Amino acid sequence: MSRRLLGYVLGHRRAYLIGFALSLLSTGLSVTNPWVLRLAVDGIRAGAAPRLLVGLAAAYVGIALTGGFIRYHWRMKMLGAGRRIEYEIRNDYFAHLQRLHQAFFQHTRTGDLMARAINDLNTISRLVGVGIMHSFNTIFMFTAAGTLMFTIDPPLALVVMVILPMVSLVFVLLGRRIHRQYEQVQEQFSTLSARAQENFSGIRVVKAFAQESAEIATFGVINREYMERSLRLARTSGALWPAMTLILGGAAAAVLWQGGHAVVAGRITLGQLVQFFGYLMMLSWPMIALGWVATIVQQGLASMRRIETILDSRPAIAEPPESVRPERLRGEIEFRDVSFAYNGVPVLRGINLRIPGGATVAIVGPTGSGKTTLVSLIPRLFDPTGGAVLVDGIDVRRLSLAALRGSIGLVPQESFLFSDTLEGNLAFGVEGGDGSRVREAAETARLAPEVAGFPMGYQTVVGERGVTLSGGQKQRATIARALARDPEILILDDALSSVDTRTEEEILHALRRFMATRTSLIISHRISTVRGADLIVVLGDGRIVEQGTHDVLLASGGLYADLYQKQLLKEALEADEDSSQ
Amino acid sequence: MSTAFHEDEIIGAAYDARLMRRLMGYVRPYRAAVALAVVLLLLTSAASLVGPYIVRIAIDDHITPGRLEGLGVVILAYLGALTAAFVLRYAQTYMMARVGQHAMYDLRMELLTHLQRLSVGFYTRQPVGRLVTRVTNDIEALNEMITQGVVAIFGDLVTLVGIVAILLYLDWRLALATMLVLPAIILFTARFRAVAREAYRAIRVRLARINAFLNEHIMGMGIVQLFGREAREQARFEELNREHLVAGMASLRSFAVFHPVVGAMSAVAVAIIIAYGGAQALAGTISVGLVVAFVQYAQRFFEPIEDLAEKYNILQAAMASSERLFRLLDEPIEVEDPPAPLRADRVRGEIEFRNVWFAYESVPEHDWVLRDVSFRILPGESVAFVGHTGAGKSSIINLITRFYDPQQGCVLVDGSDVRGWDQRDLRRHIGLVLQDVFLFAGTIEDNIRLGTSSITSEQVRRAAEFVNAARFIERIPGGYQAQVQERGSTLSGGQKQLIAFARAIAHNPEVLLVLDEATSSVDTDTEILIQDALGRVMQNRTSIIIAHRLSTIQHVDRILVIHKGRIAEEGTHRELLSRGGIYTKLYHLQYRDQELRHDT
Ligand SMILES: Nc1ncnc2c1ncn2[C@@H]1O[C@H](COP(=O)(O)OP(=O)(O)O)[C@@H](O)[C@H]1O
Ligand SMILES: Nc1ncnc2c1ncn2[C@@H]1O[C@H](COP(=O)(O)OP(=O)(O)O)[C@@H](O)[C@H]1O
Ligand SMILES: [Mg+2]
Ligand SMILES: [Mg+2]
Repeated sequence: MSRRLLGYVLGHRRAYLIGFALSLLSTGLSVTNPWVLRLAVDGIRAGAAPRLLVGLAAAYVGIALTGGFIRYHWRMKMLGAGRRIEYEIRNDYFAHLQRLHQAFFQHTRTGDLMARAINDLNTISRLVGVGIMHSFNTIFMFTAAGTLMFTIDPPLALVVMVILPMVSLVFVLLGRRIHRQYEQVQEQFSTLSARAQENFSGIRVVKAFAQESAEIATFGVINREYMERSLRLARTSGALWPAMTLILGGAAAAVLWQGGHAVVAGRITLGQLVQFFGYLMMLSWPMIALGWVATIVQQGLASMRRIETILDSRPAIAEPPESVRPERLRGEIEFRDVSFAYNGVPVLRGINLRIPGGATVAIVGPTGSGKTTLVSLIPRLFDPTGGAVLVDGIDVRRLSLAALRGSIGLVPQESFLFSDTLEGNLAFGVEGGDGSRVREAAETARLAPEVAGFPMGYQTVVGERGVTLSGGQKQRATIARALARDPEILILDDALSSVDTRTEEEILHALRRFMATRTSLIISHRISTVRGADLIVVLGDGRIVEQGTHDVLLASGGLYADLYQKQLLKEALEADEDSSQ
Repeated sequence: MSTAFHEDEIIGAAYDARLMRRLMGYVRPYRAAVALAVVLLLLTSAASLVGPYIVRIAIDDHITPGRLEGLGVVILAYLGALTAAFVLRYAQTYMMARVGQHAMYDLRMELLTHLQRLSVGFYTRQPVGRLVTRVTNDIEALNEMITQGVVAIFGDLVTLVGIVAILLYLDWRLALATMLVLPAIILFTARFRAVAREAYRAIRVRLARINAFLNEHIMGMGIVQLFGREAREQARFEELNREHLVAGMASLRSFAVFHPVVGAMSAVAVAIIIAYGGAQALAGTISVGLVVAFVQYAQRFFEPIEDLAEKYNILQAAMASSERLFRLLDEPIEVEDPPAPLRADRVRGEIEFRNVWFAYESVPEHDWVLRDVSFRILPGESVAFVGHTGAGKSSIINLITRFYDPQQGCVLVDGSDVRGWDQRDLRRHIGLVLQDVFLFAGTIEDNIRLGTSSITSEQVRRAAEFVNAARFIERIPGGYQAQVQERGSTLSGGQKQLIAFARAIAHNPEVLLVLDEATSSVDTDTEILIQDALGRVMQNRTSIIIAHRLSTIQHVDRILVIHKGRIAEEGTHRELLSRGGIYTKLYHLQYRDQELRHDT
């Protein structure tokens, strides 16, 4: 068992210990039943009084009732602990996911992470519940029944003890194979879910390009492979149970043969033979359960390994050990010789940039020049591979993550909303409050007028990922969400691309007041958006190629001026045509 | 949190004849295998019931009288029965696994095929996580039912009946006395079933909520972290998880009560045999061997009963799952092809809207998204839609591509109502590039080609070059063969748009090209390159462009200004400018810079 899983189990050691004790008690009680039967059979043969039989019958019922009572508590303790452990691991799993860095999620499929949280945890729950319960019960039962068999007749017991270990042999032989094949099945199951998830999420593309048949064909291949792997597993695992029954039946036949001779020879009584049979039957369920438990254990351990690969992945971005927690950040940002690479592919090189607190900085540059990457270094979605990013003169890697991110309002390029009410989404980053800040933010982002038109207003539920809103509404909702946090640093990553020019103008106008006292970074392609900034930074191929104000850059006649000219050129042509009319 | 949105539908009764009949439809193609399995099962049951009977013969005929010759033959017969049972049971298990897996394969394919036909509107209403559960876990539950549920329940029943028959045959009086406990057991089991069912439903519903929560939060983890919501999301998750735990404990309790109670009742039956049977044996009316055999049969009698209760859970699960599956299979295809759909090898590319009223909601009164929209786009014409966000531009596209159908009026392509077309065929003529780019796991080349195997690598490359995507693709390690991570998270927004654009070009729609804000994330340089490409593609093609940057659309033949779901203005760039309406305002806002320069 993995050390981590053991830790969870030990956390419930009281429940397990009580469970063991109850299991012992229940075993002790149940081995008396065959003994009662023996007394009855021998009594009948000896011609005892019927009163004795009635007494034995009553004892039989009494023992069963007490045993039942104990078994109830035993199950509740052991299986309950299993469920609680599932609960704990699931909580820890989610907590760990929340600590993992952005890059992790970009390289792991959502469907796969979900399968672990649901299916694998279910298997683990069975391992630490039913699995542990029956493992120990089997040991107790085996010891108790085995010992009693020896007290009845050692040679007869020896016969049983020679045959039964074959059961273990079958497990070892089949178990390893079952385990391997089961993992292959699980793997294919993950592929299937991931593929389905992708198809459903991208259904618009599938339909727009009439890819339905191609998709179905792909599913067919994955599905068939899944079926074949499952059948391979069935061929192996299907043998387990029948093999158990065969071995146990063999033992019964041997006992009947040997025991019959012993009774005739007068070594044991018929009652003792019946008692012996009783023990053999008692062993049969635990023995069969052993096969089942072996599978549960195998599957559970495999699942635990899958969970552990996640729990063991270290968050690349974590709270520093001795973090600095400033009262309030001023919002001064500095990039000091920053370089960055995704998996060894350089994206940013030698970036040096100083942004005074309260300044408004625009970042422009061609697609893929590294704008998004640059700004995501500030809230530490990624850490630079070289150099340092400083906020208020402190390396962000030394700042407490909560303090750092708490003072940043970032509007990502792609809008993501939760399937909550609009209100819930806008207040996402706000602790407490009466909602006035949210309303104000919605005003600033020019979302409020449209919300007023919704029948449910702020209580409107947006669909998963905000699908029921238009692109512009979504973007404005994400802007409002960031504003509602009242951040010291505001970052807009191409956040106005889906709104029309008039709305953009209105938003910028409303934002101006907001940005006057805060540091703001705005990424945009529209000159109209960036021209008013205190500083315009032009990125090209991961480097800063120019910086300055709109006028300075225009005058310097570089890349920015070039962009500007291109945007203007057509207008100029059109305008000339217009004025010539 | 909108629980209503995530609530997994509550489920019906455990056994429902209608559902069962429909389920059995999936087994029907394999009925020969099932029949064989049933025969094997009957034989297995018979073989496994001989044990106590053999014990009785051994005791009464050989051990009690002390006559050992012949005992060997009896035991050999027993071993023979055991071996037969082994082979039969293995064969039967494997047969059923085959049937289960094949039925599951069929059902899964049917479901996926149906899902591909459901409308886009359907997908906006369903959380993706829920649909994934349908095609994975729900179908799995069905397999369990076939392999472990139905056949095993049948096997248990056969065993029960077999034991009763043997007991009656051995001694009917003692048999009846033993079965005195039966009514109590039946009553108790019925009660247990009701409780177990409730507990089971609760578990399912809560698990579905956890699923939906996880799906959403894993996708939006970046937002959670940026907004420092970890602690609160953790609390919400733990709450959902706790509800699931509570439901699990309730289910546990019902089973923890059930097993001991059945055990106690079985003890009562054995006690009756000891007291009553024992008295008979003392009186010499029956043999000791018979009493022993009775005890052994009685103990076996309760195993299938306990088993049945567990199997009931599987049945319950399968019924619940199949009800959800069938509901999904019965989900009407809102956007359906007509019986004899129109197919065309080529289209001219004429598009017409005739008095179209459209709303996303089924009760639209207040929520019309398009109001009485009529226009006509001639073959080869290029048209732009402009207007504020939420004006209804994308919705118009949704109607042309028939992602949705209008409530009133009609949309015509080449003079025929799109509702008369074969949808897939219609869309094959349309190249659609959307603002939200969706990329699939696979290489960049796969993403451009999608599943259209007739597109060669050469064509993929040409398309990429055409839209100027080749430059950046070739710089990525691996180039066209580079793997795209989930949803293209390692590419920049503009790069994704270029790929989507290349995808549309590679599929070479002959006539219609529709760009819905497809260049909003592209920098001016790239946009100019795309424009240049567009100029070439748009020749001889009907094209529709939606863009906020007016520079993107200046060269189109005609501009339609959409305002609050209506067509407010229409004309060429110059006509609209001279009209001094909405367009003029939009234009001036965007080009103030330029005007400033003119002023100075
Ligand atoms: N998560 C990632 N993993 C690997 N490469 C990435 C990732 N995100 C972006 N890139 C690459 O880094 C470069 C810069 O991307 P980005 O910062 O998004 O550009 P911009 O925002 O300027 O368009 C691009 O070449 C892009 O392909
Ligand atoms: N799937 C949907 N379900 C419900 N309402 C929608 C959906 N998609 C868009 N809407 C609503 O329809 C209106 C028009 O949206 P849309 O056509 O996307 O506007 P745009 O002109 O910005 O493209 C908006 O008010 C939007 O909220
Ligand atoms: Mg970007
Ligand atoms: Mg739109």
